Amino acid sequence: MAAILKVEGLSKSFGGVEAVKGVSFDVHEGSIKALIGPNGAGKTTLFNLLSGQIRPDSGSILFKGIPVQGLSPHRIASLGMARTFQQINLFHGMTVLENVMVGLHLHTKTGFFSGMLNLPVSRRDDRFAKEEAMRILEDLGISELAYREATSLAYGQQRTVELARALAQKPGLLLLDEPAAGLNIKETAELGSVIKRIRDSGITVFIVEHDMSLVMKISDEIMVLSYGQKIAEGTPLEIQKNEEVVKVYLGE
Amino acid sequence: MRRSYIHILLYLALIVGVDLLTHALGKSYYLTQLTMSFYYSMVVLGLVLLMGYAGQISLGHAGFFAIGGYSTAVLSTINLMPYKEKPIIRLLESMGFLLMREDLYGARILSFNPWIGVITAVVLAGVVAYLIGIPVLKLKGHYLAMATLGFGIIVYRVVLGTPVFGEADGISDVPGFQIFPGLSINGEMDTKRMNYYIASAIVLVLLYLLMNLINSRVGRALRAIHGSEDAAEAVGIDTAGYKLRVFVLSAVIAAFAGALLTHFNGGIGPGESSVMKSVRYVAIVAAGGMASLWGGLATSMVLNFLSLRGYFGSYDDAVFGAVLILIMLFAPEGIIKIGRRQ
Ligand SMILES: Nc1ncnc2c1ncn2[C@@H]1O[C@H](COP(=O)(O)OP(=O)(O)OP(=O)(O)O)[C@@H](O)[C@H]1O
Ligand SMILES: [Mg+2]
Repeated sequence: MAAILKVEGLSKSFGGVEAVKGVSFDVHEGSIKALIGPNGAGKTTLFNLLSGQIRPDSGSILFKGIPVQGLSPHRIASLGMARTFQQINLFHGMTVLENVMVGLHLHTKTGFFSGMLNLPVSRRDDRFAKEEAMRILEDLGISELAYREATSLAYGQQRTVELARALAQKPGLLLLDEPAAGLNIKETAELGSVIKRIRDSGITVFIVEHDMSLVMKISDEIMVLSYGQKIAEGTPLEIQKNEEVVKVYLGE
Repeated sequence: MRRSYIHILLYLALIVGVDLLTHALGKSYYLTQLTMSFYYSMVVLGLVLLMGYAGQISLGHAGFFAIGGYSTAVLSTINLMPYKEKPIIRLLESMGFLLMREDLYGARILSFNPWIGVITAVVLAGVVAYLIGIPVLKLKGHYLAMATLGFGIIVYRVVLGTPVFGEADGISDVPGFQIFPGLSINGEMDTKRMNYYIASAIVLVLLYLLMNLINSRVGRALRAIHGSEDAAEAVGIDTAGYKLRVFVLSAVIAAFAGALLTHFNGGIGPGESSVMKSVRYVAIVAAGGMASLWGGLATSMVLNFLSLRGYFGSYDDAVFGAVLILIMLFAPEGIIKIGRRQ
């Protein structure tokens, strides 16, 4: 399988803290890859580096063969990378439907001029974005929440809206930062099958998650980070048997 | 969308109603201050977009207003008679860029057509806003407020200290702006009513354009930036680019308003560019509900009219300062919440 993402020697430190230290890995197209590690291991920092939120001190990131280190997040998004946030990051003051419609930003093109004059392109974009967003909400089973203010929803629902928004981007690679945090057992199980369905629809998934049963169940490959360094990488079975991993993480 | 059309009908009814009422009461001189208030309200509408939707504050919009007013004032009062025979002047005249008129004393004056003045005003303000915005809007936070504050002070000082701009006296004898034969923006008594309707129509068109914009993909992107900048970037919105374009648009609207009011008033003075004027605009936007075009317009019309009629006496500036403080203390989202999405 070809690598949709190729990371080489990626490093980032904050003051004295080396949050990510010389990390190299591939994410294979069409797979679900999980990133695990204890709190503060640097998982979110790694995601922020990939999506352009922060710039690496050194190292390279090839996304679909294109070097993206140092590009702004919207440029990286336009190449087909989407993400959700560990700290839920919805657009407050906007409805669920509008949040997801914004996810279609890159698939519509109305500008200031055509928007002001309400030209046909603007109306077409609105209709398209609305239908498409509605379809995604239905797919995730939350269409009845479409006209609720997104940030007023229950925690688990907000996570689903974030996922819907990211899916609206029709990404090639989807980064999920702890999507099961705060979900109950039933919701987590549903999330697991949703993520598999996303993978089967052709979207590569890279997921940070603390819920081990979920990770073991859905992942094609797992990578373990500890104190900013990669300490193991392999299939779920290999990771479960890896002694160092058991020592620093699973065993505690 | 439906609802906005009802708003527009109400607006039209109100415009005509106010005209008939002032006429019936024998107070049609109110129309002059109402017309001026409409032009000031255009600045407010542009700022609603910038503050309420893109989440950026400008303390320099009086500066853009003044750039607009002074550009057209200078161009439409400059006397090119001495250079009449120069080829370039003849060329400009043959292209219709120049207009011949007589001043109060019957002397012939050849100056730029107000159309040229108004277009120059708008382009110049757009370019200046772009140059200010490019470095500043790449940064997160309220750097725009600081940069525009500095810009506003510079404009004020330049206007006060430059002979071309009439220093403390400003520029007077600015001719009317003939949009097309029979339709002019000027301060003459017999066109007072027409000017009231012209100004209200321009504001209505502006409202319509901005409302369309807000309800479009662009408006959603702007509200998204306001809602969460990181998430907006992550879905592919060029946040710096959008903020820059809104800033330029709002500056262009302010300059357009400044140019039109200058033709209506027949002149402009340095007071229009003062920082206190900029603070006024910000106070009105805050009081009108930040992200509400209708709220901003209503607040602006009322406060500007009262101010122009002199109801606030020598406390004029203090009233707007107090409004701003009260809003920030008690209702940072604004008082008028109705029609928030409009
Ligand atoms: N913006 C920042 N400034 C300073 N230090 C930071 C910043 N972001 C992260 N860190 C530090 O970098 C280290 C890695 O943090 P990070 O959030 O990436 O960990 P994580 O693996 O996502 O943890 P968790 O499982 O708790 O989410 C931590 O020591 C953290 O304090
Ligand atoms: Mg994290």
